[in-house]
Amino acid sequence: MSAAATSQGEFLQHHFTTSEQQADAGKIGMWLFLVTEMLLFGGLFVGFAIMQSKHPEAFLQAHHHLDRMLGFINTVVLLVSSYTMVMAVHSARADRRKRVIVYLLLTLMCAGVFLGIKGVEYSHKFQEGLLPGRFYSHKGDTVPGQFMFFSFYFMMTGLHGLHILGGMAVIAWVLRRAVRGDFSHGYYTPVDLVGLYWHLVDLIWIYLFPLLYLIK
Amino acid sequence: MDGHATAASTYAKVLGALLALTVITVLAAGFSFGSWNVIIALGIASVKASLVALFFMHLRHDKPMSAIIFVTGAVVLGVFLMICTLDSNARGDDPVRPATRDSGAPALSVPSAPSTPGTQAQGLRPLPGRPPNPR
Repeated sequence: MSAAATSQGEFLQHHFTTSEQQADAGKIGMWLFLVTEMLLFGGLFVGFAIMQSKHPEAFLQAHHHLDRMLGFINTVVLLVSSYTMVMAVHSARADRRKRVIVYLLLTLMCAGVFLGIKGVEYSHKFQEGLLPGRFYSHKGDTVPGQFMFFSFYFMMTGLHGLHILGGMAVIAWVLRRAVRGDFSHGYYTPVDLVGLYWHLVDLIWIYLFPLLYLIK
Repeated sequence: MDGHATAASTYAKVLGALLALTVITVLAAGFSFGSWNVIIALGIASVKASLVALFFMHLRHDKPMSAIIFVTGAVVLGVFLMICTLDSNARGDDPVRPATRDSGAPALSVPSAPSTPGTQAQGLRPLPGRPPNPR
């Protein structure tokens, strides 16, 4: 099946009248899902805010164990991946199949780099015993209670990392469909919705980075 | 389908702005503005988030329903944060009870921690460096 052979109505489900109605319905569903994701992370953000306001010294001391440079690089990598993702959507809308594939591959690559850097950061924390809750075994702390910071750190970045993994899976799925030639200017909802999800994951990191790495 | 297609060059400009704002956040964290630091950091993050939502997530040209859902979620999150903050401020007690974690919390078992028999029995030991619970 080539991209040219894909007709507008081929992927239209029988319970929708038009492709546009189908696309709109999909979009509303995706946004509702994204809001539940916001609230899921929101709970952690609220917990972080309250605990940090109660133990500012412990959080300040604990955050010095994070590598600001690695956090910065990861932020840049994720922002660039958001750009390549939106360009993939843009290309799908413009019937540029090859570009869609290239941009999706670039997005996947950025996601891989992000997880790789996260892995390096995690292994450093593991070695130093900077672990959440009762697993915290770092020696020589001047301020008590730093395990709390790392509970939040691992919960928030861990959950975010799982979302990156999930994002990579759905990007790979969309990539497969793009290679198959499913998408055209009349039907690119999957690329569009995966893009929305990917941008939300980026959006969450935009708040995680200053909160975790840049405490003052 | 959206009717308004954003130009590819716009996306590049937005990316440039996002990267610039990231650099500004890191630089701003190097200075001491007191309690303004966190406000500045979150303000810049919110500008970045708005750029992502408006341009990359197409809220600028999308049908209003997407924006309504998104903004509703954000407002609910704000209310959630506000009520939780009010509540925890009004309580005045410490949500962490170190003595309940006595099996393995080396970070909290500081020798200088004052321990009165009464609070020990209830499993309450104030964190060192913090005034004891006023209630």
